[in-house]
Amino acid sequence: MQRGSGGVADRTFAALMLGCALSIFAIVALILGILILRSRLSLHEFGFSFFLRSDWDPVRGSFGAVPFIWGTLASAFLALLIAVPLALGVAVFINEMCPRALRTPISFLTELLAAIPSVVYGLWAIFVLVPIMRRSVGPFLKKFFGWTGLFHGPNFGIGLLTASMILAIMVLPVISSIARDVIKAVPNTQREGVLALGATRWEMVRIGVLRNARIGIVGAVILGLGRALGETMAVTMVIGNHAAIPKSLFAPAYTLASVIANEFTEATGDLYLSALIEIGLALFLVTIVVNAIARLLVFMVTRGNTARAV
Amino acid sequence: MGVGIEVEDLNAWYGQTHTLKGINLQIPANSATALIGPSGCGKSTFVRCLNRMHETNPVARAEGTVRVGNVDIYKDASPVEVRRRIGMVFERPNPFPTMSIYDNVASGLKLNGFRNKRVLDEVVERSLRQAALWDEVKDHLKSKSGASLSGGQQQRLCIARAIAVDPEVLLMDEPASALDPVSTAKIEDLIFQLKDEYTIVIVTHNMQQAARVAEKTGFFLSGHLVEFDSTHKIFTNPSDKRTEDYITGRFG
Repeated sequence: MQRGSGGVADRTFAALMLGCALSIFAIVALILGILILRSRLSLHEFGFSFFLRSDWDPVRGSFGAVPFIWGTLASAFLALLIAVPLALGVAVFINEMCPRALRTPISFLTELLAAIPSVVYGLWAIFVLVPIMRRSVGPFLKKFFGWTGLFHGPNFGIGLLTASMILAIMVLPVISSIARDVIKAVPNTQREGVLALGATRWEMVRIGVLRNARIGIVGAVILGLGRALGETMAVTMVIGNHAAIPKSLFAPAYTLASVIANEFTEATGDLYLSALIEIGLALFLVTIVVNAIARLLVFMVTRGNTARAV
Repeated sequence: MGVGIEVEDLNAWYGQTHTLKGINLQIPANSATALIGPSGCGKSTFVRCLNRMHETNPVARAEGTVRVGNVDIYKDASPVEVRRRIGMVFERPNPFPTMSIYDNVASGLKLNGFRNKRVLDEVVERSLRQAALWDEVKDHLKSKSGASLSGGQQQRLCIARAIAVDPEVLLMDEPASALDPVSTAKIEDLIFQLKDEYTIVIVTHNMQQAARVAEKTGFFLSGHLVEFDSTHKIFTNPSDKRTEDYITGRFG
């Protein structure tokens, strides 16, 4: 038998690869299974109302996930609101305007941001960002944007807005590095096509670059969102950890990930522990649902429109 | 209506490489002028200097005078203004894939601030008719992407896009070299019709193409304009030995 022509080797290889692919399903199923199994006490006690109740009182054994779901979604979306324009700006600058000599250092530095451990971000936020928020940014926002109703109440520097800002800094490198690659992949003939019509540089970026890269950019934002939803340590350190739906951007809040990190070691009683694991289940579901919605959006844009990604 | 182009002592460089060496020529208005020559002879660089597209390359620079109509495009106008008056069609069709056929054609007008739907509709139809594409696309103007067309249709769409803004000059950088023979023939027919209204400068590798569409032909060799004369003369009785060698296929 000739070397390489053996059916056995081929079949073994195929089976091996199939195993690798199936293991992904197995891992997801196992995680989901364990989460459900270990939270069955709480599931049994509260049923579906766990996801609708907003009190979290370990002493009286009354648990609901609403404040955490709210805090998780609000901090993640606020973070995206801050990070996406910045990240796109960085990506466009690096590709379209940056002098060649600066390109590598800037890319390198943005990617370095992603390598800093989350707890270090948390420390920096406590010692630098929180005082800035308390003394300068907070009063400024209150004075000029107080009329929106988003900035009332006391401003201690810790709270939803501060957590969102630190999250924004953390997801920035994820979004900008992917957006940079997507923008780089837009063929030069597109840029020339727009320029030849007499477009300014900004029009060229808008029509020839961002428009062509939009689907990839949405993908980058989805990845950033995934990171923002699950980020634990830095957020826990500055969000204020108060289990209530925040009435203002300055108010303390709580996220699903933070409450698990904070209370897991001190959870006494089976129901308390079980409720925390159900919070984990909630985080798992929130991430899946948000991702599914985002993907659906992309699908609708690509199918409904005449558009096709380059 | 088209205008003539006068080029005086044009030199261009890419970094240290001197790619155009003292080019002088006069391109007549409302006619087609072909530029031929072997690869790397500078003919593409030359047309890119005519609408200042070479400036999009950071290491490229040019010196000399180019007058389009009576405007000195290096002194009296910004690159953006120059490119609004001088349309360009590239070697590879580059329709905007995220836009419908209609929006592709209207894109130049929209850049110039036209928003009136009736005007846009009119111009889009007229441009697509001029580009001989109207009958093929009129039923799905807004439902199909510019990228969904065939290569030849895409190139005609790009021509429609370029003429929609009513330029005075239309530059074509090897517009048919990526197309099949049937599509090429259509593009050539189109050039033949368009030259009544626009001044057309076409760069081509294909000498028969130059002979078919152009009144005048220029022969470039290593950055020099070797000979510029009526197409008939260039192809039957060239004055320069190098031109003769090239058109008879002795090199290039």
